[in-house]
Amino acid sequence: MKKKNEPDITGDLFAEEKPEGGKYVLRLYVAGMNQASARAIKNITRICEEHLEGRYDLQVIDVYQQPTLAKGEQIIAAPTLIKKLPVPLRKFIGSMADEEKILVGLDLRPRGKK
Amino acid sequence: MAEEGDRKEPAGVQKCPTGISGLDEITGGGLPRGRPTLVCGGAGSGKTLMATEFIVRGITEFGEPGAMMTFEETGDELADNVASLGMDLQGLIEQNKLAIDYVHIDRQEIEETGEYDLEGLFVRLAAIIDAVGAKRVVLDTVEALFAALPNEGLIRAELRRLFRWLKSKKVTAVITGEKGENTLTRHGLEEYVSDCVIFLDHRIDRQVATRRLRIVKYRGSLHGTNEYPTLIGADGLSILPISSLGLTYPVTTERVSTGVETLDAMLSGGGYYRGSSVLVSGSAGTGKSSLSAAFADGICRRGEKCLYCSFEESPQQIIRNMASIGIHLAQWQEKGLLKFYNMRPTEQGLEAHLVQLHKMVEDVNPAAAVIDPLTSLTSIGERDQIKAMLTRLIDYLKNHKITTIYTNLNPSGGSVEKTEAMISSLMDTWVVLRNIETNGDRQRLLHVLKSRGMAHSSRVRQFLLTDHGIEMPEQTA
Repeated sequence: MKKKNEPDITGDLFAEEKPEGGKYVLRLYVAGMNQASARAIKNITRICEEHLEGRYDLQVIDVYQQPTLAKGEQIIAAPTLIKKLPVPLRKFIGSMADEEKILVGLDLRPRGKK
Repeated sequence: MAEEGDRKEPAGVQKCPTGISGLDEITGGGLPRGRPTLVCGGAGSGKTLMATEFIVRGITEFGEPGAMMTFEETGDELADNVASLGMDLQGLIEQNKLAIDYVHIDRQEIEETGEYDLEGLFVRLAAIIDAVGAKRVVLDTVEALFAALPNEGLIRAELRRLFRWLKSKKVTAVITGEKGENTLTRHGLEEYVSDCVIFLDHRIDRQVATRRLRIVKYRGSLHGTNEYPTLIGADGLSILPISSLGLTYPVTTERVSTGVETLDAMLSGGGYYRGSSVLVSGSAGTGKSSLSAAFADGICRRGEKCLYCSFEESPQQIIRNMASIGIHLAQWQEKGLLKFYNMRPTEQGLEAHLVQLHKMVEDVNPAAAVIDPLTSLTSIGERDQIKAMLTRLIDYLKNHKITTIYTNLNPSGGSVEKTEAMISSLMDTWVVLRNIETNGDRQRLLHVLKSRGMAHSSRVRQFLLTDHGIEMPEQTA
């Protein structure tokens, strides 16, 4: 719980760590605008809209444009979705086709339930 | 494509020198330029070291920047590990000659949802290659992907693509792989890297660790096919490139004094042939070391260099003992003409000794050498292996025209001429020393059993160790 009058020494990223209402910070790394990328973007946008409406921040990043980010975030596969917040950090690789798996991974659905 | 029996390389295969001692000689100039090479071996066999040295020497000796993608060690860990071998990765990174990317994949935090490819890896590899303009690339160990991702089929397809991509980038790449049960690598990387495969072996034999290197294949190039002894020394890997060099060494009629005038006379007046191998055998206390020291003394007196390898005595002890019979070696050591190599034979494997001897010969470039005693080397290996190794050593020294004395300790009581047959046949000159008892007095005797290519004396001469050197008075027999 960040107090408003304290200096924010940790930067913006950390400021979002405990967002009100459990905001989701998601980053989708794709390699160019190919079919797989398009499918992944479409799938994850739909999932977010359906399950996280109004409380998610999804950014799509092209690793071709930002190779240093790929290194920093330890991206090897494309597409890769990183759930930066809420913790724990989780990565999904693929075209985001398996909605169940993503929902479980995003802690929107309890584990083991099918 | 492979051209057998022709020393000239086909125009298509260009070589990328590694700078690793010995490796370039075995491969006829280095790794295939612009192509991937697989370096495989078990844990601790030196794969990462070889890969790192390839990159570092590429930068420092050949001006080719390098990029490394590591999967098991972070850049810092790698830098720490090789710092003791005189490789300064951090410095090279600061000079913008080297780029390292550590790929860390935690299977726990990854979920697979549908189709994907490893384009992220390609992008990162391209980034470090472009960052420094790398000509040499290392992937260590790309097999980690198999543990990190569940979809093996996809990894294989992507590796195939990766190696094609590396070729299209025209970089010379080294890919390391862990040894598998019955395969060269655990995940069959050799399937994808077909140009050059190097296998590193690290085994323990009689409690002594020995390292070996073998070129499994090298497409389009002639290469040595043997197992080569390998050593991790103070400045990285060394590979002993000599196989049995064959009987093509240079010969001369030039003579080298034995250091004892009378013995020179017995060898048709000149001494040993330069570059020949001389065996001095005898039981304990017959004067083998003294004769060797006299030879070394004579060499240094003429201003030539001599390498003295002793497996039983320290240099100080040799110098002291020889001074007592009027042979003063300390002066030559001070002048840098006499170099000692002293080590207990059991300290390391036979190969390691040979690699070190080889290195010393390269460094010192001596005209003559003494191996005292040769017999102690034979205590550390299998018979066949010893014979092969000694043959290599003898051939190597011969090829460098280094006149060498090997001493051989005969068990007392046995026949004086019963030196292990495997050694004596390789020798050009054989001097036998022995003790006899006459009238309650022990006498030392010397005779030349054989000396190829010269009319040597067949007399048995008395051999005296006096306080002013070796004397061989005319009488006896």
